[in-house]
Parts: sequence; structure tokens; C-alpha cells
Amino acid sequence: MSPVPPRRGLLSGTAWMPYALLLPGLLWLGLFFVTPILTLLSTSLQEGSISTGYRFTWRFANYTNAFSDYQAQFGRSILYAGLATLLALVICYPLAYFIAFRAGRYKNLMLLIVVAPFFTSFLIRTLSWKIILADSGWVVGMFQTLGLLPPGGRLLATSFAVVAGITYNFLPFMTLPLYTSLERLDASLIEAAGDLYAGPVTAFFKVTFPLSMPGVVAGTLLTFIPAAGDYINVRFLGTPSQSMLGNVIDSRFLAVLDYPTAAALSITLMFTILVLVGLYVRRAGTEDLV
Amino acid sequence: MCAEPARRIWFERATQQRARGCLMTQATAPLAAAAAPQLPASNTPSLLFRVWRAITRNLVVFYAFLALFYIYLPVIVVFIFSFNDNSGRYNFTWQGFTLKSWLNPCGVSGLCPALVNSLQIAALSTLGATFLGTMIAFAIVRHRFSGRTATNVLIFMPMATPEIVMASSLLALFLNLGIPTGFGTILIGHILFNISYVVVTVKARLQGMNSALEEAAMDLYANEWHTFHKVTLPLVTPGIISAALLAFALSFDDLIVTNFNSGNTVTLPMFVWGAAQRGVPPQINVMGAAMFLVALGLALASLGMQRRSA
Amino acid sequence: MKGNLAGPAAELRITNLVKRFGGSAMAANAFVAVDNISLTVPAGSFFAMLGPSGCGKTTTLRMVAGLEQPTSGEILLNGNDITHLKPYNRPVNTVFQSYALFPHLTVFENVAFGLRRKNEQNISKRVDAMLELVQLDGYGARRPAQLSGGQQQRVALARALINAPQVLLLDEPLGALDLKLRRQMQLELKRIQSEVSTTFVHVTHDQEEAMTMADTIAVMRHGRVEQLASPIDLYERPATAFVANFLGKSNLLEGRVTGTAGAMLLVETHGVALRLPAANRPAAAAELYVGVRPEKLHMTGTGAPVPAGHNALEATVTDSSFMGVSTQYVVRTAWQQELTVFAQNMGVDGMRARGTAVQLHWDPQHTFAVPRTGSPLETEAEL
Ligand SMILES: Nc1ncnc2c1ncn2[C@@H]1O[C@H](COP(=O)(O)OP(=O)(O)O)[C@@H](O)[C@H]1O
Ligand SMILES: [Mg+2]
Repeated sequence: MSPVPPRRGLLSGTAWMPYALLLPGLLWLGLFFVTPILTLLSTSLQEGSISTGYRFTWRFANYTNAFSDYQAQFGRSILYAGLATLLALVICYPLAYFIAFRAGRYKNLMLLIVVAPFFTSFLIRTLSWKIILADSGWVVGMFQTLGLLPPGGRLLATSFAVVAGITYNFLPFMTLPLYTSLERLDASLIEAAGDLYAGPVTAFFKVTFPLSMPGVVAGTLLTFIPAAGDYINVRFLGTPSQSMLGNVIDSRFLAVLDYPTAAALSITLMFTILVLVGLYVRRAGTEDLV
Repeated sequence: MCAEPARRIWFERATQQRARGCLMTQATAPLAAAAAPQLPASNTPSLLFRVWRAITRNLVVFYAFLALFYIYLPVIVVFIFSFNDNSGRYNFTWQGFTLKSWLNPCGVSGLCPALVNSLQIAALSTLGATFLGTMIAFAIVRHRFSGRTATNVLIFMPMATPEIVMASSLLALFLNLGIPTGFGTILIGHILFNISYVVVTVKARLQGMNSALEEAAMDLYANEWHTFHKVTLPLVTPGIISAALLAFALSFDDLIVTNFNSGNTVTLPMFVWGAAQRGVPPQINVMGAAMFLVALGLALASLGMQRRSA
Repeated sequence: MKGNLAGPAAELRITNLVKRFGGSAMAANAFVAVDNISLTVPAGSFFAMLGPSGCGKTTTLRMVAGLEQPTSGEILLNGNDITHLKPYNRPVNTVFQSYALFPHLTVFENVAFGLRRKNEQNISKRVDAMLELVQLDGYGARRPAQLSGGQQQRVALARALINAPQVLLLDEPLGALDLKLRRQMQLELKRIQSEVSTTFVHVTHDQEEAMTMADTIAVMRHGRVEQLASPIDLYERPATAFVANFLGKSNLLEGRVTGTAGAMLLVETHGVALRLPAANRPAAAAELYVGVRPEKLHMTGTGAPVPAGHNALEATVTDSSFMGVSTQYVVRTAWQQELTVFAQNMGVDGMRARGTAVQLHWDPQHTFAVPRTGSPLETEAEL
């Protein structure tokens, strides 16, 4: 009997096929993502100035200096991004729940209506928050009437405005994954669970929420990661005293031309986020998902 | 096994409903047993449950509309101020109604060329990223190869990296290599950050596809090419289209990667970014409002088409 | 019309077919899904492959269809080796387990798919004729999602049959249907098979389905063919304890051969002498299980006369359940083994109460024997 030629599956064609499919895309990622990150890593260890030129000298002090100089901005990046993620979750969860379970045959239409505003440019929307939160605007007036703001108090140029802006910007990144995972749930299962637990609140926290965890994890990650690197909301809605790491990297790189510090800050931000994301996924994966 | 406690008999009205409730109870019984060992025996919980459910249902509706208001507030403001008859540099206070910005959207120097740049970059980067990303998605889902984990990590990393890091690292590379930044470098960056999103979107669609469909095609005398052309491609196309739309939207709206790597090229977000420091003409609001209308119109049209074909 | 539909039915011959999954062919961790199967399906017959879930039925079928490459072995169609042909080069078509209808094509295009690939003529007329055969005329413009489960099943059948395959493979085609529809479709399938007279290979885990439909059944277990026979032979003379329990119910008694008397084999079980046709002896081994079906047992009061030559046992009733046509008794023998007895409801004697001592007797011709490998309870647990 002749030996059977090895085959991997019906449509896989020849053995080099997957590599041919992967090569162009991975080459792109390697050339323009991996190499730049390595370049950034090497830049972060350079020494010198823009006038004298930069040389690679294993200067780890860039990191310690950058960290001690910009601790506050670093802390604010994580804090604002964390707050915005939490707020976005609180705002989007009921919205996604509503669309998934209560919108009936208008599901897709509702989803569309929710996502459509985000096709207006990110910057234009943020500018329009500037108008809404302006000192003479009706929001400030309403807050003052309600006693939430002292007379003469401001919303614009405060942490409130910055966090509100960041929250707003990433709402679709939270809503869509939440909707996708909620939509997959069997609505009758939740009703039955509600009946069994004899309380919708318990039922929600025992059944609905755990079952929607994949959406929660995806949504919070998709919100937190870009939020932590954002610098546009601070620029439009805040002041230097709200500045985040992104603002520092932006100005070090593009205005001051202090490349090593900017690179060290970028690398620090990247690794902090990777570690946080790793810890979070692990926790969500091992404890909350089960 | 499926006995009806008294409290449920009056709770459910129709027999049919009761039968269904019973089935559901069975389906979730293991869940319930694990988490809540005893069921309350009295009548009150289900009455309470009904009242609660009525409240929470309407709460969710109320809350959803509140959230919608939050989402639409800036859009409404964008629309209103696109009709503002402002004279100063900043379009931040209402000064009267006019149509002149809508009638002359290109009246601000540099705005329309920036729009054209943005559209070109978005179209080209969508094309590139969709092409590269779709091939990767096919390789990952349909083939076995060594280095699979490394590939997945490589795909995931750009999504887990804040854009500013990606932007600054690209600039560091171009600076070190002495490559002048401009249209080409923006395009490189946009294709880069779009690839991962395309891979993820197309992969989801491919994985959700029943491989028996392709086997059925081959069983019905379709060779590899016909199977791909007549079955695989038509079934994956919706995934590729949504990936392309996502890529277009991300590219069209990108500021950060563009800002770092644009050289002298100005895209629409770059123009708005600059204008925010210098002065915001109402034409920018016209652009924003128009984008919203175009996106909404296209989406509604595609929804209508889905409805009709279904 | 029939002339068009009827494929030149072919004989399917499988020899020493093996399929291993995972690892290389020699790896210790490889899982053997199909373990050296050899069988012949006569041209034009309705052949069933029956076995519990996971026994390798689908894998065998997929190898015949060309959707899976065998690790070793050969597949012959009318004597031609098709083992390594691509699926689209085999004159074989499949009705898939979950139908695998193309969701983006209409019913008409689904059915026409194979003909279009082969660039055949008169497609429209032939598709219409085929839809009529499966009683779906008028449904051509619909999408699969707009059909009921039973209708989808018919489309899947039509889509395969229209290509006039030499062998039609059906993988649990009725598995997703409810009981009533399943019975109806069983008859339908039989009708269609006799009309097109193609070779049908029908995979199922439902023994009743296999028994009512097939000319020949291969009972599979752990990737092997346990027994290949007609439904009657399988039922009356199961070759193994597994088959005896998988098809209907059996009472198996541990026995050892003590001798022969003419055409009869003498066996002793727990001190009771039993007789069975020597032809039913499975192997030369002295140790075996003696088997008898519950409906073959006659139950009488103790001391009642036993017909000459019948095998007889004493037992005590431990349980009974009245089922209308019959009553199912569980009785316990002196050696504490529980046996099942079906007593037909002929309105003669009443129910026997629990604890009643009874006598069981049966015709030795109704006695079979299977090899004593493993306990019969083990194979029962497997089901
Ligand atoms: N592609 C595969 N990889 C690994 N194991 C498989 C694969 N396909 C089937 N098997 C295993 O082979 C055995 C037989 O499967 P199958 O032929 O589908 O059984 P059946 O159709 O009789 O239920 C099962 O244990 C199954 O888990
Ligand atoms: Mg199977």
C-alpha cells in the first residue's frame, strides 16, 4: 500500500500557503510596529540634546528622571482613564442592555442611532463640549442653580470636564462589545433566573452580569487603553494642571524635541498598560468569568 | 422534577406560559442550585419580582434615553453652531442664524484640501489594511502553522498599545532612518493601526462560519477555487465589509498617529486641531454635521436593504 | 424522470480502513477513531451504520466522501480505488448531519449547485423535478432560513440526490427532527430510495431507525464493526454482549459449556442446565454468556408443567410495570441476578404480585450465546 500523503485539511492547499498569506501583513507589523518600538527603546537610552545630537549610551537615568519629573501626569493618566472607563461602563451597560433586550425589531436601528454621532469627527465633538461646558453656557448655569457649583465656579478647565470628555469619546468602544455579548444571551434564561432568585437585582448580578463578562472585559480594555494615552481632551477641555502623560510625550517629542525623555515616557506608559491589562484579564478570566 | 410550587401557579396565567416557565426552570436549575441553595417558599417574592421588574424595565428605558441625550448633545451643538453667523475667530457663542457656512463649506482656506487628504488616506489605508488583515485572518483560522501564538501576540500588541506610543515610535523610526514624514508616512501608520482591527473582525466572521458549508460545496463537485468563490467569499464578505468600514472610520478620524508623522501634510483632524488654537470657523461644524448625516444616511440605507432582502 | 434521477448504483467496499487523530500516525497520543474497518455495501442496498455517539460513524462516512483522509486502508467503488480522490472527483454525495445548506443561496440554487459545477444541461427542469420528488415544489425561491427543519432536511436530500451519486451518504439525517416527523421521514426516505435505487449508506445512533429502514446493518463500537448482519439476524443472534444490549433488551446469564447433544449445545449456568442450538456458539471457549430476549420468556407459577425440551429457571418477582400491550416484570433468580420478562397482555392471567415465586421457561431455539468478554453490565453502562 502506498503511504498516504500528509494533508492538513480540505482547503489548506499547500504547506507554504499560510506563510504566503501571513507574510505581507506580518512584515508590515514587524517593519512598522516592532522595529519602531525597538527604535523607541533605544532612543529612550540615548543621551544629548537636539543641538549636539543624540547618542546611545544606555542612559537609564532617562527613565528615573522622566518618572520623577512626570509622576503627577502619570498618575493622572491612569486615574482619568480608570474613571472614564468606569463611567463609560455605567453609562453604556444599561444602554446596551436596553438595545439587546428591549428594542425588539428596532435593535439594529437603535444601535445605529447610538453609534452614528461618533462619525462626526472626534475633535469636532470635543470642541462642541467646550461650547456646552463654557462658563456662560446653560450647563454651568444649571449646576449653579442646583447648588452643585458655587457662583462663579467653572466646569471648563477642570478635571470634571476632562474626564467627561474622555468618557464621551470612547462610548462606542464600550457599547459595541457589551451589546454583542448581551445580545448573545438567551433572554428567557435571564427571566427564568429572575424567577428563581426571586429578585431581579440578585438575578442580574448572579446571571446576566457574569454571562456578559466577555463584553465587559473587551469594552473596558478598548476604552482604557486609548484613554490612558489621550491628550486631546486635556488640550481642549483642561489646563496644564490636568495634563496627562500624553500631553508630556506630545510636547517633549514635537515641541521640545527632547526625544530620549519622550521615548522613555512612551515605553513606561506602554509597559504599565501591558502589565495592568495582563493583571486585569487574568483576574477577570480566572475569578469573574467562572 | 418540574413540580409547580403554589406560588408559581397563580403567578403564571396561561397553561402554555406555565409549561414554558417550567422548561426554563429546568434549564437553569443547575445554575440556581450552585448559587442559591434554597428557594423562598412564600408568595411575596414573585409579586415583588413583578413590581420590581416593571420598575426596572422602565428604568432601563428612561436611563437609555438619558444616555442617548448625553450622546447626542454635542452633535446637536455641532449642528446649531454650523448655522452661527459668527464674526470673531472663535465660534463659541451664538450670534445669529445664517446659511452662509453651509453654502460655502470650502470658504476657509485649507479646509477642503485637508478633507481631500483625509479621504484619500482613509481610502488607501482601508484598502491596504483590509487586504493584509483579511489574508492574516484566513491564515489564522484556516491553516495550521508554526508560530501561531507569536502571530496572535503580534496582532494583539498594536491594539494594547496606546496610540501615542505607536505614533511616537513610528516617528522615532523615521527620524532615525532620516525618512521625511508626509502623506506616505501617515499612510504607513494608518495601515498599521488598522491591520489588527481588520484581522479581529474578519477572524470572528470566519470562525463563526460553519466549515461543513465548504465541505458540502466540495462534496457537490466544487473544486478549491469554486468553493472559495461561490461559498467562502460570499459568506465572509459581510465581515470584510464591516472591517473595511471600521478601518475607514478609524483612519478618517485619526489625529494622534497623523499628528506625529504628517510633516507638512494636513488632514481634516489636523486642520481642526490647528484651528482649535487659531480660531474655529463654522465651516468645521458644517463638515462635522455633514459627516454625521452621510454616515447616518449610508447606515440607514444599508439597514433598509437588509430588511428588504431578508 | 426516474431515469434521470437514478444513479448507476455502485458497490462500496472498504478494506482495513484506519483513521487516527492527533499526533503523527505512530504517536502514542494519537486517538484511533476508526480502527481497521472492512465491509462491503452491495450495490443498490440500504445500508445502515449504527452505534453510540463517538464510535466513528461520521469519521468513516467522511472518509468515503473524501472529506477526511484515511490513515491507512482502501475505499473502492465498483472496484475502483477512490481512497485518494478529492471529494469533488468522487461520484458520491452526502446529506450532512446539520444539513449544511448554503444560507446565501435560494433552495433552487442550493439544489442546482452540483449540476452547475458539472456544467450540466436542463438544470431548471431537473431541479424542479427533484423538488417535486422531495415534495418541495414551489419552495425554490426561498432561503434555507425560511424553511422548517423537515423542509431543510428535504432540501439537503434533494441537493445530494440530484447529482445521481453512485452512493448516497446520510449522516444522521433525521437526528434534528422531532419524533413524529422522524417516523414520517423514515418512510419517505425508504420510498425515495426504492424510486432512485441508489446505494444508501445511512448513519444513525437510533437502533429502531436502523432496524426499520436498512437491509443490512453494521453495528459499530470504539471504531470497529461489532457485527454486520440483517436486522433479523442482529436481533435474534447478536454476536456480542454489546450488540445484544444495544439492539433491544437482553437477559445474559453466565454459563459454561458442558457438552453437546446432537445439534444442541449443553450449558450450565449457576447449577441450571440449559440448551441452545450448537450453531449459535460464538467461539470454542467454554465460558460464555447465554442470552434470551425478555419477550421470549414464558412466566408460569412454580410447579406448572414445562413444555418438553424447554429451558427453565426459578425466580421471584421483584417489580412489575403495566404498559398496556404488555407487562414488564423484573424477576430475581436464586443467584440474585435480575432478569427482565415481557408478558404479553392476553387477558388470561392477572398481574403477578411482588414476591411471587415464578417459573420461567423458553424454547432453546430462542437462545443465543455471546463471548464472555467484560461484564454485560459494563456494556450496558456504555449505552
Ligand atoms: N477532527 C478530529 N480530531 C480529533 N478527534 C476527532 C476528530 N473528529 C472526530 N474525532 C473523534 O473521533 C471519534 C469518532 O467521532 P465520530 O466519527 O464523529 O463519531 P460518531 O459520528 O459515531 O458519533 C470521537 O471520539 C471524536 O471525538
Ligand atoms: Mg456523528
